[in-house]
Amino acid sequence: MFRYLVRRLFLLLLVLFGVMILVFAVGRMIPGDPARVMLGERATEEMVQNMRVKLGLNEPVVVQFGIYFINVIKGDLGTSITQFQPVIKIIQSNFMATFELALMSVIWAVLIGIPVGILAAKKKDTIFDYTSMTIALFGVSMPVFWIGLIFILVFSVQLNWLPASGREIGLFDAFGELFRTGDFSVLWEAFSHIIMPSLALGSMFTAMIARMTRSSMLEVLDENYIETARAKGVKESRVINRHARKNAMIPVVTVIGMQIGSLMGGAVLTETVFAWPGIGRQLVEAIFARDYPLFQGIILMAAMFFAVANLIVDLLYGVLDPRIKLQ
Amino acid sequence: MIEENTLNDTLNPKRKFYQTRNFYRAIHNKRLIIGLFLVVFIVIVALFAPLIAPEGLFSMDFNARLAKPSGEHLLGCDDFGRDILSRIILGTRVSLTVGLVSQLVALLLGATLGMIAGYYGELVDNIIMRIMDVFFSFPSLLLAIALMTAFGSSMSNIILAIGIVYTPHFARIVRGSVLSVREKEYIESARAQGMSDVRLIIRHILPNIMGPIIIYATMGIGDAILTEAGLSFLGLGIQPPTPSWGGMLSNGKNFISVAPYEVIFAGIAIVFTVLAFNTFGDGIRDYLDPRQNQ
Repeated sequence: MFRYLVRRLFLLLLVLFGVMILVFAVGRMIPGDPARVMLGERATEEMVQNMRVKLGLNEPVVVQFGIYFINVIKGDLGTSITQFQPVIKIIQSNFMATFELALMSVIWAVLIGIPVGILAAKKKDTIFDYTSMTIALFGVSMPVFWIGLIFILVFSVQLNWLPASGREIGLFDAFGELFRTGDFSVLWEAFSHIIMPSLALGSMFTAMIARMTRSSMLEVLDENYIETARAKGVKESRVINRHARKNAMIPVVTVIGMQIGSLMGGAVLTETVFAWPGIGRQLVEAIFARDYPLFQGIILMAAMFFAVANLIVDLLYGVLDPRIKLQ
Repeated sequence: MIEENTLNDTLNPKRKFYQTRNFYRAIHNKRLIIGLFLVVFIVIVALFAPLIAPEGLFSMDFNARLAKPSGEHLLGCDDFGRDILSRIILGTRVSLTVGLVSQLVALLLGATLGMIAGYYGELVDNIIMRIMDVFFSFPSLLLAIALMTAFGSSMSNIILAIGIVYTPHFARIVRGSVLSVREKEYIESARAQGMSDVRLIIRHILPNIMGPIIIYATMGIGDAILTEAGLSFLGLGIQPPTPSWGGMLSNGKNFISVAPYEVIFAGIAIVFTVLAFNTFGDGIRDYLDPRQNQ
């Protein structure tokens, strides 16, 4: 186990180094001269030249990458061209909004997807099974941003129940407010803004978990130990909840882990639809403003986060299922 | 695995293809048949799009801007007075081309890399797979966004970007399959006969790993179409005036409170197409790999 961990950590460092090379290369490939973009159209050739020297753009590519690498290690991702702030600060101040959105989506997915999947497996070939699985098939085929737009159309434009965009106060801050004042209106305010984006972002995830839970549950219910439990006279609810569910959850955890990436991609789209002030929207704005340090920084942080998350999921897999030997 | 003959077929070699057990299994596979039907329908629409579409690519009717669905414009018009139905039909070509060709690019690139890695093992394997790991550490849409930003938007660049995003998936699957096939006796015997590496891979390894590759590629087409729609929605994909469903959603969202038709119908087109390929993919998996049947 320890050797495995050391090996994985070493591989992680290797991969992160590769990620940096790729992000650096992408940054260099973006059309246009960064110095020119920074200074604007009216800058003279001389000013641009000076800026190029200042940014180190006249150095050989290897030296440029060396400077970039050392800066990243020191936690310096550069300064945004359009917002005049360190990139790392911008990421930090937008992180909470995206995290909240992703967390809410996962909560929806787990709260809805797992019970529906278990019930569909228990009631295999009934109307409930067919209906829920048909909905789930649609769920995995619908673009999250389209669901978001349809939500806006129905609940904001037509019914006028929920706000179509924005985020007034963070969910965690709203909870703090609730404890301090006992006033539910602030929490509702926060909730009313997050409910549509998180349901939209979580839709594909929920459908996927429901499908996975069902098929995994059916597989487990076929096992000999389930038959044994039933033969012993264990109550059906106990068979499902104690004997079957725990084993059926192992593949589901993998799916949850694998989907962290698509959740991050989906967040970019969802935040664009709902004008949610998170990292995804910063990324899209950075691309169109040609703010390449911000763009590079966000992509790099996302990839690093994802790589570490994957490692954690892999390790968790071994903890959940002792039959799997990590090596 | 694909042409796995049952004992019965071997005993009666005279049977026509439609009398075999495999054919019986195929036509009794509901998902495969429904999926195939839907996919063929979409392909026909894409092939004959200019003939089917009621209006041409550049036809605009300024009196019908943001028009409601009517007898004249079945699904209404967008803000330029362009017929939405026609644009959806013409957009089929973009989605389908990107979906199919990008998966083909990923398949060819990934399968080649995976086969080299799996077959030669050791250092070659390590170098190739670590590079694949790097690409794997990007959430797929973010990698596509990054590549599109670097390449610039054009049809071939979208195909290339999405192809690169899915390459590591194929490389992993193919490598795994090659590893499991490599030690089989028939490979050893072929090698003992002095067969060259390339010939060995093409004649003996490739046919034995086709099953998983085909399943994965079909399932991936839907994903690729969704990715293209996402990129075009963000403005990084197909550029106007070329009709693409993602672009139509992006355009229609500005008028969602007055004329939601473009958003609704372009989205339905995406869902329908992705659903068709997902169903078809499920069917192929059931057919090629009956053990996984639920």
